[in-house]
Amino acid sequence: MFENIIMLLEKYWQVFLLEGLRYTIILSAIAVFFGVLLGAFIALGRMSSIKPFKFINVNKKKKGFIHWLANFNPVSWICSVYIEVIRGTPLLLQLYLFVFGLPKIIPIKADYFFWVSLALACNSAAYVSELFRSGIQAVDYGQTEAARSLGMNKAQTMLRVVMPQAIKNILPAVGNEFIAIVKETSMASTFFVGELMTSYLKVNGVEYLALEILIIVGVIYLALTFTLSKLVLAYERRLNSK
Amino acid sequence: MIKTVDLYKSFGDLQVLKGINEHVAPGEVVSIIGPSGGGKSTFLRCLNMLETPDSGSIFFEGVDITSEKVDIDLHRQKMGMVFQHFNVFPHLSVLENVTLAPTIVKKIGKNEAAEQAMELLNRVGLAEKANERATSLSGGQKQRLAIVRALAMEPDVMLFDEPTSALDPEMVGEVLEVIKGLVKTGMTSVIVTHEMGFAKEVSDRVVFIDGGIVAEEGTPDDIFNHPQNPRTKDFLSKVLY
Ligand SMILES: Nc1ncnc2c1ncn2[C@@H]1O[C@H](COP(=O)(O)OP(=O)(O)OP(=O)(O)O)[C@@H](O)[C@H]1O
Ligand SMILES: [Mg+2]
Repeated sequence: MFENIIMLLEKYWQVFLLEGLRYTIILSAIAVFFGVLLGAFIALGRMSSIKPFKFINVNKKKKGFIHWLANFNPVSWICSVYIEVIRGTPLLLQLYLFVFGLPKIIPIKADYFFWVSLALACNSAAYVSELFRSGIQAVDYGQTEAARSLGMNKAQTMLRVVMPQAIKNILPAVGNEFIAIVKETSMASTFFVGELMTSYLKVNGVEYLALEILIIVGVIYLALTFTLSKLVLAYERRLNSK
Repeated sequence: MIKTVDLYKSFGDLQVLKGINEHVAPGEVVSIIGPSGGGKSTFLRCLNMLETPDSGSIFFEGVDITSEKVDIDLHRQKMGMVFQHFNVFPHLSVLENVTLAPTIVKKIGKNEAAEQAMELLNRVGLAEKANERATSLSGGQKQRLAIVRALAMEPDVMLFDEPTSALDPEMVGEVLEVIKGLVKTGMTSVIVTHEMGFAKEVSDRVVFIDGGIVAEEGTPDDIFNHPQNPRTKDFLSKVLY
């Protein structure tokens, strides 16, 4: 077995590292990057206080349908539904949906890699938005009150007071999300997009050495996630020492 | 300067304010005392709309700030607030705590804001701490910083919500001194406090709030030496001396 692993590494190292590892990193990076962007907006939308029907509650009644409607926030509602749907359905289903379903209604010419990236980013956004939300809510509400009492508006308060404090809670969590995404990109191999599990499929298709190839691929995943988790730890330690 | 008309506020089914009519004149120092849960903080927080009243009006410098058409941020600039738990900004230095709002709300230049901040910090004995992190301060220093932070916006009125309740006893004095100094300059102030001696000393008027209503009010002498309402008497007998 050991000789087989050496042989495979000599013969296919480019497939494992230059293709598999590279695509795994690229896919994860795209997913997390756009996941964070989109996730931040979803978190803000979820916590927004947009109440378009507020005007109907002129007599400030406290109960009933009118009261409910007056306090109804459609943006927050849509964001919550989005999060529930993404978190409540399997990633594999979402990947199928994006790769086979979406191109039917969105007429753009793009390869599997594009749709898979998009699916991973949209999936990640739901989880990241919850990280943002809990990170923001972990900041003492007194901070918001102090800022607002000075005349700062909501955006200034969020940007200058709440976010700088929340980011310390959020960054390590996003790092952990990155680690989770690295593992989840393996599902993209269903569509043969070139990441590490695709490398396994490719090489195994020729060599029929499933165990050895899985060990190689597994070690690469492990090296990647281990490095990332060490980075997250180092960051957390630096924060705590401040 | 501030006038409340028939102020009502409830949290869920709990009626906290049951019709408060108060008027704070320019330059006046009003202390609010009363038993825990009586609605003192809620009333104070309504004054700058940190709590939205269910009904009633709050006039600040002639404008009804409960109206939804009002830009509340504009009026809040003119009302400084000091909180029980200081709420200094931990991610900023002492100086930045003071300059943040003036620079981004009033768009005052960085240097000018810093200069003004140093002057204020100097007044409360925090000048040499200017570049330290706000988190490194003691409780008393944090509260003095919070006062200066509010003053930097050059407010017309200051609202204090139990500014010394969260302090270790040995630090109460230094904060009360700062407030006394401020009051002497003629700053209109509304102070919720459990420090009866302090209320007696600095107030023009003392308001006793109990059960969501103003049960009694008057000069410090009226309230502390000749209370009329049995509830006031009862409260004072428990907290005083
Ligand atoms: N945000 C809130 N949500 C629900 N209930 C609240 C809220 N804020 C205050 N209350 C309740 O309203 C009542 C009055 O509170 P308030 O803080 O105004 O009293 P207080 O007179 O300031 O008391 P203390 O001396 O303890 O500070 C209390 O019963 C309190 O539990
Ligand atoms: Mg209170």
